Amino acid sequence: MKVVRHGWLTVFMLMAAAAYGIPYEGTPEEIGLAIMKESKARDEGWGDSTADMAMILRNKQGDESVRQMVIKSLEVQGDGDKGLTVFNEPRDIEGTAFLSFSHILEPDEQWLYLPALKRVKRIASQNKSGPFMGSEFAYEDLSSFEVEKYTYKYLGEEPCGELMCFKVESYPVDKFSGYSKQVVWLDQDEYRVWKVDYYDRRESLRKTLEVSDYQLYKDQYWRPLTQEMTNHTTGKSTVVKMKNIEFDTGLTDADFNRNALKRAR
Amino acid sequence: MTAKRLWLPVLLACAGQAQAVDFSGYVGAQQRWFYDTPADPRQGDAPTAFNLEPEWFVDWNDGDDQLTFKPYLRFDSDDDERSHGDIRELYWLHVEDSWEVGVGISKVFWGVTESQHLVDIVNQTDLVEAPDGEEKLGQPMVRWSTIQDWGALDLFLLPGFRERTFPGDEGRLRAQVPIEEDDARYESAAGDKHVDIAGRWVQTLGNWDVGASFFHGTNREPDFVAETRGGQTVLLPWYRQVTQYGIDAQVIYGEWLWKFEGIYRHGGSKDFGAVTGGFEYTRYGVFDRIWDLGWLAEYSHDTRDEQSTTGLQNDLFVGARLAFNDAASSEVLMGISQDLDNSNSASGKVEASTRIGSATKVYFEVWYFDSDDPRDPFYPLRQDSFVELSVEYYY
Repeated sequence: MKVVRHGWLTVFMLMAAAAYGIPYEGTPEEIGLAIMKESKARDEGWGDSTADMAMILRNKQGDESVRQMVIKSLEVQGDGDKGLTVFNEPRDIEGTAFLSFSHILEPDEQWLYLPALKRVKRIASQNKSGPFMGSEFAYEDLSSFEVEKYTYKYLGEEPCGELMCFKVESYPVDKFSGYSKQVVWLDQDEYRVWKVDYYDRRESLRKTLEVSDYQLYKDQYWRPLTQEMTNHTTGKSTVVKMKNIEFDTGLTDADFNRNALKRAR
Repeated sequence: MTAKRLWLPVLLACAGQAQAVDFSGYVGAQQRWFYDTPADPRQGDAPTAFNLEPEWFVDWNDGDDQLTFKPYLRFDSDDDERSHGDIRELYWLHVEDSWEVGVGISKVFWGVTESQHLVDIVNQTDLVEAPDGEEKLGQPMVRWSTIQDWGALDLFLLPGFRERTFPGDEGRLRAQVPIEEDDARYESAAGDKHVDIAGRWVQTLGNWDVGASFFHGTNREPDFVAETRGGQTVLLPWYRQVTQYGIDAQVIYGEWLWKFEGIYRHGGSKDFGAVTGGFEYTRYGVFDRIWDLGWLAEYSHDTRDEQSTTGLQNDLFVGARLAFNDAASSEVLMGISQDLDNSNSASGKVEASTRIGSATKVYFEVWYFDSDDPRDPFYPLRQDSFVELSVEYYY
């Protein structure tokens, strides 16, 4: 394997890698990329899934507001995934459905179905940094993870709970992203994301995501049942709870089109 | 209506291995204040209204068969014509791999623009509900849809015509000459039994969404015939046979959505063409907050000029939408249509809404109409600007 030396930092990283037995060598950028590729590769082939999702929005005073939705997902080889989200709560938006085709570098394609009007609206996805349903999650936080959406830099190892984690910085390629960088903690055993720090365009820490309750599906795919996003500026937080996650539900492309959007509920 | 009520439980029972019936809907209360003196002293100033729209839904065969029943009821303290009921939906949908078929009463929406909906012709306007024509009556239909590589195709058979609703004598937002809506005339010998046909194709091509549509049958928009009855002039709705061709297109460039709709309508008193086109531009993070601010501008033209029945013959619509992205989904919409041929003809609306608790929506609306030209379709509404406060509870 070709070893490129870019100065002291690289030398230090290589030493660190040797010392702790990290199975990577190269520049911090190369190591970061290799880790994220491995994380993605381990999750490949999941196929399709459905799940019930609850979003609990909390403000600084602790007042709660709940969104309930059903999520259908379809893995697309060589591109971003397809997703269909149907809202059950709040009751006034029951039946409202959101269809998205995420792409690796092109903007995602998104449609919204408004049941009271029976209207399908194509929506501009460039405002991806905006909040999803008033929550602390931005649209881009919910889009499918693709390696090519970021460039990376390996920062080192750090304990995360009982596990040892890789700490990797990710820099969004898309200039319309709301972030300058994200710092991601992935465990060295299964390459699962446990924590993400989101830095805004002004390079200040804006939000932190903490992920927990991982469950194993199909003997290969780890899915978290709990994710909590905390906004450090406003003190607000959003907890996502997943339930009834099922794989191999027989979803196909036909379940992710304009007609499926209209009859989804 | 009685017959339909009787056979609904039978149909639900036939659903066999169906899951539990899902019951939802809303009840609402509205208070309007008209702050100008009415043109006719019989018209009230502060009507109170209630409405409800329950919905029963059941599906079976893993969701490949769905049955929806959604009646609608409105009570208005002043206007007997506005107190009315309708079956918005009573619809069975069956889904196969590449096609689906629906039978019953339902609603469809066609088009992309916001200030008016030129290509949208399948459902009749429930005009007593809202003066902007956004509310629709349920339409009996047989619908066949398929989605293929070449796009999505919908074909419709539309038996049974729905007559447009008009406000009554005690209601505001109406013409001063009474409309005898129960005595409508038809061009077709089949009257309201004429079976209309319609179709629409839509396709997504990269950043573009394009559509083409076709309709042949009874015009949803009536002409009027004047008659003298008991010494008084009255208007009879006159529903003609028309053929309408429509196209619509929308393209996304970053934060810009460009929209276009065009129709050509053949038949009726005069063949004509009409277009609406413009843009929607949305920015997130305005005023250094987590707010979305969207701007809308649309131009409308109608070749009938002053004989246009929509009032949008050479008009510019400008609107804005401010969404606060809060847990209560608070937002403010505003829009104004200005006639470019007549500076004194304009209409506008401001709507603010928010959610209280988890299931109650509150709306505050201001509607404004101005016109000094008796030929203008907005002229009869010139005294009818109003403010409305409404509450809807969802269950």
